Amino acid sequence: MIELKYPFDENQIRALKAGDAVSITGPVHTGRDKFHKWFADGNPIAVDFRDGALYHCGPVIVKDGEGWAVKAAGPTTSVRENPYEPAFIAKSGVRIIIGKGGMDAATLAAMKKHGCVYVQAVGGAAAVAAKALQKVVGVSYLKEFGAAEACWHFDAVGFTGVVAMDAHGTSLFAKVAESSKRKLDEILAK
Amino acid sequence: MTIVDKIVGLIRETSSSLPEDVEKAIKAAYRKEEKGSAAATVLKTILDNCALARREQTPLCQDTGTLTFFVDASLRRKVTPAVLKKAVARATELGYLRKNCIDSITGYSYDDNCAEGAPVVHYVDRPEGSSSQRDPVVTLILKGGGSENMSRQYSLPDATLGAGRDLAGVRKCILDAVQKTQGYGCAPGILGVCIGGDRATGYEVAKEQLLRPLDEKASARGLSNRSNNQTIDLARLERQLLDEANSLGIGPMGLGGKTTLLGLKLATRPRVPASFFVTVAYMCWAARRRSMRM
Repeated sequence: MIELKYPFDENQIRALKAGDAVSITGPVHTGRDKFHKWFADGNPIAVDFRDGALYHCGPVIVKDGEGWAVKAAGPTTSVRENPYEPAFIAKSGVRIIIGKGGMDAATLAAMKKHGCVYVQAVGGAAAVAAKALQKVVGVSYLKEFGAAEACWHFDAVGFTGVVAMDAHGTSLFAKVAESSKRKLDEILAK
Repeated sequence: MTIVDKIVGLIRETSSSLPEDVEKAIKAAYRKEEKGSAAATVLKTILDNCALARREQTPLCQDTGTLTFFVDASLRRKVTPAVLKKAVARATELGYLRKNCIDSITGYSYDDNCAEGAPVVHYVDRPEGSSSQRDPVVTLILKGGGSENMSRQYSLPDATLGAGRDLAGVRKCILDAVQKTQGYGCAPGILGVCIGGDRATGYEVAKEQLLRPLDEKASARGLSNRSNNQTIDLARLERQLLDEANSLGIGPMGLGGKTTLLGLKLATRPRVPASFFVTVAYMCWAARRRSMRM
């Protein structure tokens, strides 16, 4: 398990390889559909993502006294942000994108160019994800985007995942899709 | 304890605790993978997640899914749809279920997870004099959207797959479904398959297969072709297809690995000569199902 600590160093991020298991400690901000659309519409980003981490996630958050508590925070499917992500990576300086299912070739190219990796969180494992995210530090765009789509700010400790797309241009998803198709053809030819 | 209380308990248990056989299968899959590999990391996270959710009685996945109840028919008067709705509303209030039910067109949220047709309730007839008839149960399955989106139905012959109206064609459909799904339904998953039937029956029977314990073998009866005096061993076919599916190397969350499926369950239904459907229901690793004696 490779430990990644904020601020995420470009050289360390670039050295990661698809398949590496990582543990992330530091600020993690959620952002999904409305956030990406907002960015694409030319609005300024109120969150500092430089050398930081973006999480495709719509967490279950409940009011806890004056603050908030996170109950469940598994990843949401990332492909929906494909049209926006290359520009977001270029502009924001984000180093780690956490999500589910991977992203397209244009995003992979942007990751290679700017030094960013995609970390696959475990789909469905909402309880451990919530535990690692620890507590809600703050929230942006709550009024504009609603609770499920707002940018929630967490201070994660040991959030685990697997590097599925690295900054060398390798996507584990593409590799596995290809090799499994080859294997299937092989089995069926028998 | 009222019946509503009991059903609320069933919902809590189902949402927070994976069935023993499924967890056992995930543990076995974990032992097969190399330490430190992507597959081992994912499986370890899943196992940690299951332990944590069980201990804290919180939903083990945030998508608490479509609720489907199978109620033994002898309980029809006691466990009514109204009783079940009351329990679902309370379980939602208590946080065992996410607010997860919206109007299909307007997107309006039914905040108690109850509406016409939600939860789904089936009353099941048991054979006269059987033990299940003497000791009736209520069974609940929670199936999330990510896995439901990966279920599919084939109609044979299928020219693109080169799948004809025979067992070889059926095999092609099932393995194609596994390859196309990759890790997107939250692998390692479970396949429930119905060979035959009409379209609606196909989906219903395929989903019912997901209720079977992973170690339960299929009966050989289904596929016997009497006129040809030919019997096909469904249990053997289940094992063969499971091995073939796992040899594809898709692995947990599609990151590569030895276990793509935890189980594969087959059933057959008679069909009309003009139709030949193969229906595949995909269930994620978070296969939340549970039965309770009333």
